[in-house]
Amino acid sequence: MAAITMLEAIRQAMFEEMERDPAVVAIGEDIGVYGGAFKVTEGLLAKFGRERVIDTPIAETGIVGAACGMSFLGLRPVAEMQFIDFIACCFNQVTNFVAKSHYLWGAPVPMVLRGPSGGGVHGGPFHSANPEMYFVHTPGLKVIYPSTPYDAKGLLKSAIRDNNPVLFFEHKFLYRRIKEEIPEGDYTVPIGKAIVRREGKDLTILSYAAMAHTSLEAAEMLAKEGIQAEVIDLRTLAPLDRETILGSVKKTNKLLIVHEDTKTGGIAGEIAAVVCEGAFEDLDGPIARVTALDTPVPYAPTLEERFLPNAEKVVAAARELAEY
Amino acid sequence: MTGTLRREQYLDLYYYMRLNRELEERMVRLFRQNKIVGGLYSSLGQEGVSAGTAYALEKRDWMAPMIRNIGALLVKGVPPRDIFTQHMAKYTSPTCGKDGTSHFGDLKGNHIVSPISMLGDLIPVMTGVGMAGRYLGQKIVAMTWIGDGGSSTGAFHEGLGLAAAQKAPLVLIVENNQWAYSTPVSRQVPLKNLADRAVAYGIQSSIVDGNDVVAVYGAAKEAVDACRAGDGPRLIEVKTMRMRGHAQHDPAEYVPKEMFDFWKARDPIALYEKYLTENKLWDAAAKADVEARIEKLLNDEQKFAEESPLPPAETAEEGVYCEGCHTIEAEWKRPKDEVMPPKSSVEAAWDVQSFGAFETAGAGGNGAKRSQQVAPSGKQVDRKNSAATDGPDVETAAARVPFGRGPKDKAFRQQQEQKQQERQARKRGRR
Repeated sequence: MAAITMLEAIRQAMFEEMERDPAVVAIGEDIGVYGGAFKVTEGLLAKFGRERVIDTPIAETGIVGAACGMSFLGLRPVAEMQFIDFIACCFNQVTNFVAKSHYLWGAPVPMVLRGPSGGGVHGGPFHSANPEMYFVHTPGLKVIYPSTPYDAKGLLKSAIRDNNPVLFFEHKFLYRRIKEEIPEGDYTVPIGKAIVRREGKDLTILSYAAMAHTSLEAAEMLAKEGIQAEVIDLRTLAPLDRETILGSVKKTNKLLIVHEDTKTGGIAGEIAAVVCEGAFEDLDGPIARVTALDTPVPYAPTLEERFLPNAEKVVAAARELAEY
Repeated sequence: MTGTLRREQYLDLYYYMRLNRELEERMVRLFRQNKIVGGLYSSLGQEGVSAGTAYALEKRDWMAPMIRNIGALLVKGVPPRDIFTQHMAKYTSPTCGKDGTSHFGDLKGNHIVSPISMLGDLIPVMTGVGMAGRYLGQKIVAMTWIGDGGSSTGAFHEGLGLAAAQKAPLVLIVENNQWAYSTPVSRQVPLKNLADRAVAYGIQSSIVDGNDVVAVYGAAKEAVDACRAGDGPRLIEVKTMRMRGHAQHDPAEYVPKEMFDFWKARDPIALYEKYLTENKLWDAAAKADVEARIEKLLNDEQKFAEESPLPPAETAEEGVYCEGCHTIEAEWKRPKDEVMPPKSSVEAAWDVQSFGAFETAGAGGNGAKRSQQVAPSGKQVDRKNSAATDGPDVETAAARVPFGRGPKDKAFRQQQEQKQQERQARKRGRR
């Protein structure tokens, strides 16, 4: 059992699901012969052929619309956005057509929309976005944003088998930077369940995706100062695992939320409201957040560094909250 | 196209056109009685399009209608009660009151995909339906409709481009009813024929008189057959006219009266009655029978709808996700091992046949032919006399409305009329 990257884990999930179920097909730009901009789908075409690995024109609305239509006949398409930023091009198709079909006319849309997202790789304003909250805000969609190879593989499999449209965000900073040993054979990770990555008693740091690693790094630094931070990785943003969030806050009585998404309208605001509704009496301090700036993602390394949260920023905020 | 339909099929077409019209007339009355919860959109004058196109589909085929295709729903097998209950937001409606109008579908039975209000979205979706049907070996055709207005959306072009690239079995009916809400087609698209857009996608297309139901059927049947044979996608432009405003609230005063008069004389039902009589396809008894059947059916269906309850309030919270309420299973009509390794395996390389260099005149051009005019039923093609060319000149008739002043403003209207008279005088002078 060798350690594999997150990218490899995602590719394994695709291969195994397509081998398991002929209803699973892949559709997107440059995913076949080229194997995808990040090579996530490399090798799929050779094995499964052109009917199941469909290279499309540059037409995001076309891709999502076609995947939705395919799902109406019982297929389980996995559509790729070459970069998740381009999901803005098919916003209407996703939020008005795909998301509402089941609620309005009882038509389930068992499709997955996946793509590389997130910053820290100097991709600039149109190749670094974290647009997850547009979709968390849209009833009918499930939104997953994993942080480890194990979770990425297990959650993508769950997403493909789910009867609902699932948006699957893949943090491109994590694609090749982390490796993990994962078990042989088939396994899934349930959608809608957060996980405690590190136990602690002084405060809870809630995060997801690349920032889950940043939060763990910060917790390590905090431990040296004698502050025991509990780190929770949300993994799924919609539906939100309120139970795990409230359970941890009731234990540590302090909450810091860290995300790479911009501050205004980020999930930290929603979680703060959930905690105020469900555990206000348990709070011993204000709910704190460390997020990206309320700006587009800037290009220059100096600017992007300022834009993004990092372990030092998390430590500073955590320290202040712990002392409160 | 005479001869391809049996006598009872000709009467079927009449039945659905009349059912479409009578049903909508009843809904107008219900709207005036405040029994329709939201808006009501009329397809008056366009019944021939809905009936003629949908009649070319088989039971296994899929359709996604637009708001003015109630007739197509009826042809596909949707009972009128579904239309009544949808508009009245009843719990017994296909969406249980979650949406209104003809925004509903039926995946398992009639194979209908629901429209949404955002135009053009159905084209990529139905492209996917067609692709999936081909993948599963079902030999189905996917049909959808778009208006002249909706043909300007990005989804229209992305969908058509993808359908063309994939050679999807998609029949797209471009229902040119001359008006996108209040804007005439000439102010949306600088083309005489919207079908010409198909050329740019390398798609075969045709143009047909939308008020000639037999011609519409013939064009649709030809396109459906071609798609089923793997020669898709196809685009058909039907020339017709929206005889009411955008919806019930809109008196459509922006439409020149002469234009309504012109099209009123081409009412698809009146024209078809004449056709049936001239071709001795029916008699007074057959007509009376159709009318009696419709009357009885609509009485029962309307009663059912009116007596149905509104949905219980708590159901607003249900159904956002499928939580095991649906079993999703594809219907395979080909061996699955054809799409599984090792049979599915291919070499991951492109077969590039043209290197794309500039070619000298005459050698270039794309494969698709320009739009062909489909012969109206029982007539020879005569472009000069077709409805496509001898309508009123909308370009000059359409009023330019300055900010804050509308066609209801008398002084403004008079000014426009005067301008138009002057223009016509100038035209006469030139001759």
